[in-house]
Amino acid sequence: MKGGARVERPRSGLRLRLAPSRLLEQTLPTIALLATLWPSLAWAHAERGRAEGFLAGLHHPVSGLDHVLAMVSVGLWGAQLGPPAVWLLPVTFPMVMAFGGMLGLMGVPLPGIESGIAVSGILLGLAVLTRWRPPLWAAAAVVGFFAVFHGHAHGSELPAGASGLLYSVGFVVATGTLHAVGIGIGLIHRWAWGRAALRLAGGLVACAGVYFLWRAVS
Amino acid sequence: MSGRRLARSLALAGMVLLLPVPSHAHLVNSGLGPFYDGVSHLALTPEDLLPALALALLAGQRGSRAGRLALFALPGAWLAGGLLGLVLPTTHSGTVVATVSFLGLGGLVAAEARLRPGWVTALATVLGLLHGYPNGAAMGQAEVGALGLVGVVTALFTLVALAAALVVSIRAPWGRIAVRVAGSWIVAIGLLLLGWSFRTR
Repeated sequence: MKGGARVERPRSGLRLRLAPSRLLEQTLPTIALLATLWPSLAWAHAERGRAEGFLAGLHHPVSGLDHVLAMVSVGLWGAQLGPPAVWLLPVTFPMVMAFGGMLGLMGVPLPGIESGIAVSGILLGLAVLTRWRPPLWAAAAVVGFFAVFHGHAHGSELPAGASGLLYSVGFVVATGTLHAVGIGIGLIHRWAWGRAALRLAGGLVACAGVYFLWRAVS
Repeated sequence: MSGRRLARSLALAGMVLLLPVPSHAHLVNSGLGPFYDGVSHLALTPEDLLPALALALLAGQRGSRAGRLALFALPGAWLAGGLLGLVLPTTHSGTVVATVSFLGLGGLVAAEARLRPGWVTALATVLGLLHGYPNGAAMGQAEVGALGLVGVVTALFTLVALAAALVVSIRAPWGRIAVRVAGSWIVAIGLLLLGWSFRTR
């Protein structure tokens, strides 16, 4: 561009056609409307914690804060790293987590599951806090390694149920949605205040991980 | 469309709606109950729905020619397999086939495998035969019969047409990534299904 002011590109690798503020303006009312329409009363006769079907599977990954923080952090970290990590990490996590879940369902033992989950919170939180930028394969390996612990914990905790497939569908959809939430929050990475807020969030996740680790080993 | 033409079209549509013909609201009258059983069977059976969806996504990823071929290969093979199942019934549940379909097709979608349209057609044919056969056998036992199979095949045709066309039309990079993410989710569901099959407790 001759003689023109140099346009600063956003530091995040995410490129959207809509400005994030407009995107939020357009999607938030829809999300709010959908949330009000969520048929929570229809769950009145669903036995919670049992593997009856899709809703039970949908509920399971969000039932533990340690899992939720780790999965959202994967999305946050992916958003910080930009393409291709922004989609590679959330693709890696559910697949490897499902592999861990399969091992748990089959009864294959895995030592230190609770500690592994807690350490995942610490490391992922620190990665977001420090804006760690390892090679892509290393980031995928870190995420994949800890996903096994999360999946195994879910797989071993599942009680007998009638609809394993529908449960699995709900389970995977919930996990992927948590990553998407993380990526959505990570869009604030475009602004300076957003970058600071993300790092703060990473620090809080790491602190929560330390708490979970202390609880796991004590 | 001009205002006058629109008004004429609306008036014509209104007149058609007011025609005093029987509504056939009850399927006993129309005899189409088994057909809708077949349509709803696909919608309510993730073991069949998700592999078919994965195949449609894969065909869409490989372009319009692969999509057009899969559009006819999958329902055609499903119908052939189903008719075979009606004639030679089996009690096999098809869980193994479903698991392999989830892992294989989901993996191909997630990897955005560069398959030629001929390979996609071959996969569609194999998938249709393997899933259609137990479908037909189950429908024979449930006395839904060939009309139910026609319902399944109609639903399949619609699914493949919509999903493959949607993927073919996607131009935005994030849209193609979303398709690959969907493939990875199908793989993940397949892995969990495998775990459920070998569940020890």
